[in-house]
Amino acid sequence: MMPVEPVVQKLTSEISIRNLNFYYGKAIALKNINLEIYKGKVTAFIGPSGCGKSTLLRTINRMYDLYPGQHADGELIVAGKNILEKGVDTIELRAKVGMVFQKPTPFPMSIYENIAFGVRMHEKLTRNEMDDRIEWALTKAALWNEVKDKLNKPGTGLSGGQQQRLCIARGVAVKPQVLLLDEPTSALDPISTMRIEELIHELKREFTIAIVTHNMQQAARVSDYTAYMYLGELVEFGKTDELFIKPQDKRTEDYITGRMG
Amino acid sequence: MSETQAKGRLADLLFFNLTRTVAFITLALLGGIVISLTWSALPSIEKFGFSFLTSSAWNPPADDFGALVPIYGTIITSIIALVIALPISFGIALFLTEMAPTWLRRPLGIAIELLAGIPSIVYGIWGLLVFAPIFGQYVQPFIAQTLGKLPLIGALFSGPSLGIGILAAGIILAIMIIPFIASVMRDVFELVPPMLKESCYGLGGTTWETVSKVVLPYTRVGVIGGVMLGLGRALGETMAVTFVIGNASLLGSFSLFMPGNSITSALANEFAEATPGLYTAALVELGLILFVITFIVLSLSKLLLLSMEKQNGGGAH
Repeated sequence: MMPVEPVVQKLTSEISIRNLNFYYGKAIALKNINLEIYKGKVTAFIGPSGCGKSTLLRTINRMYDLYPGQHADGELIVAGKNILEKGVDTIELRAKVGMVFQKPTPFPMSIYENIAFGVRMHEKLTRNEMDDRIEWALTKAALWNEVKDKLNKPGTGLSGGQQQRLCIARGVAVKPQVLLLDEPTSALDPISTMRIEELIHELKREFTIAIVTHNMQQAARVSDYTAYMYLGELVEFGKTDELFIKPQDKRTEDYITGRMG
Repeated sequence: MSETQAKGRLADLLFFNLTRTVAFITLALLGGIVISLTWSALPSIEKFGFSFLTSSAWNPPADDFGALVPIYGTIITSIIALVIALPISFGIALFLTEMAPTWLRRPLGIAIELLAGIPSIVYGIWGLLVFAPIFGQYVQPFIAQTLGKLPLIGALFSGPSLGIGILAAGIILAIMIIPFIASVMRDVFELVPPMLKESCYGLGGTTWETVSKVVLPYTRVGVIGGVMLGLGRALGETMAVTFVIGNASLLGSFSLFMPGNSITSALANEFAEATPGLYTAALVELGLILFVITFIVLSLSKLLLLSMEKQNGGGAH
């Protein structure tokens, strides 16, 4: 065991974003973004609709690759490599950077298979190891107790909140370094939302988390760092407490006090 | 009740009864066709009984009829068509929805739909005058040299290279049903929510993993529907098959190179010259059998869907 240092906490960067621009065809959607996402921390992205926060998230796992016409330049460094370069193995990248979406998207298969499916794409496990992994992932996602007796039932039969936790379990099971959460609670009721937020607190012990949210209170509750974006620009980035209590930029202040957006 | 409300209620009632009548007419028509087919086929059914299905005789002067050759021809040509058309249509649909650049998707999609609109007689003439000679001269000898040398299935690909025959009919049918299956598949693939596909890509899935494990299970009802649409068309196709199948009512060997006959081409060729009585009744019974085959195929597909539903607990339907 390493000696624990309670006072000085070292921040290491999990993802470094430098001079990032993103384009939908010819239209520019992200302008010169510079930002660090720290290891083991929760970084929230807030801002009005269309400010580019989801776009930024989708750049980190190169999801935009699926759509012709979308491209990015600049540097986005994950594990020492600029992943915006050509020839990057997106399959390997996406195994390292998991993603959860606005709406629960369980695959059309059983609860067990929903999780095993992703694991199988990257690892060869024995049946026992797989069982353990699935229990581990479902426990991490605080879903194990609710589904342990119906692992062979379809994932689509769960409630919305359970489905979203299943999607989180699915992402966690691959053991990524980073989890990207794109408005993960926007389709959920308040109780399910609360459970997901508690879950984020638990998960950051093992994973670096980047979360896009429309809900400023949520950003304040779950994140350590917050980035405020507006019209494709990063207006302000800092510790969540500081950004919400004493915003440096007038635009940030307007947004968080509800005068805009 | 005000007058407008009363009027609205009357209109609703009228509309309800109108739609119900139209729906019931369909049922009545179906029943009527089955009854009249059975009625007209009665002399043949009474004379031959079940041996009609197993006899390969077709001798109008002697009044000896059996349906084995046309049944065999119909089923085999449809199976050949499906075996060829299914992977090709799947590839087309996959390319159009997942891989083709955006500017290519529309023109290609329209081309495929246009292909579906070509009248079957055009396929028939093309099959007889263009396809069959080339097929017989170059392709059949090649198949006989390769597949024909294999054990077991070799017998299927032996014999004279005539061009026309069961295999040629199956291939023409395949070309005809590809646009149907491909465009239905494309339509249902496009219904898959992008977020669901992204979830699979987001876990590090490849295009193939996404398609085989997410897109196909999610769309299986539509895909099977499309395949059945194609199969139904292949079973019932008349003109194109009549041109290229060879129209020989004999069951000499199992070679797919040999000419054969299908139910629909037997009907098309012989109905005009059939004498009233047993000959006509036998032909009508052929029609009835085709009806039953189609019904069985449809029921099997429904059963298949039901069992898949039970196994997987359903997709998002």
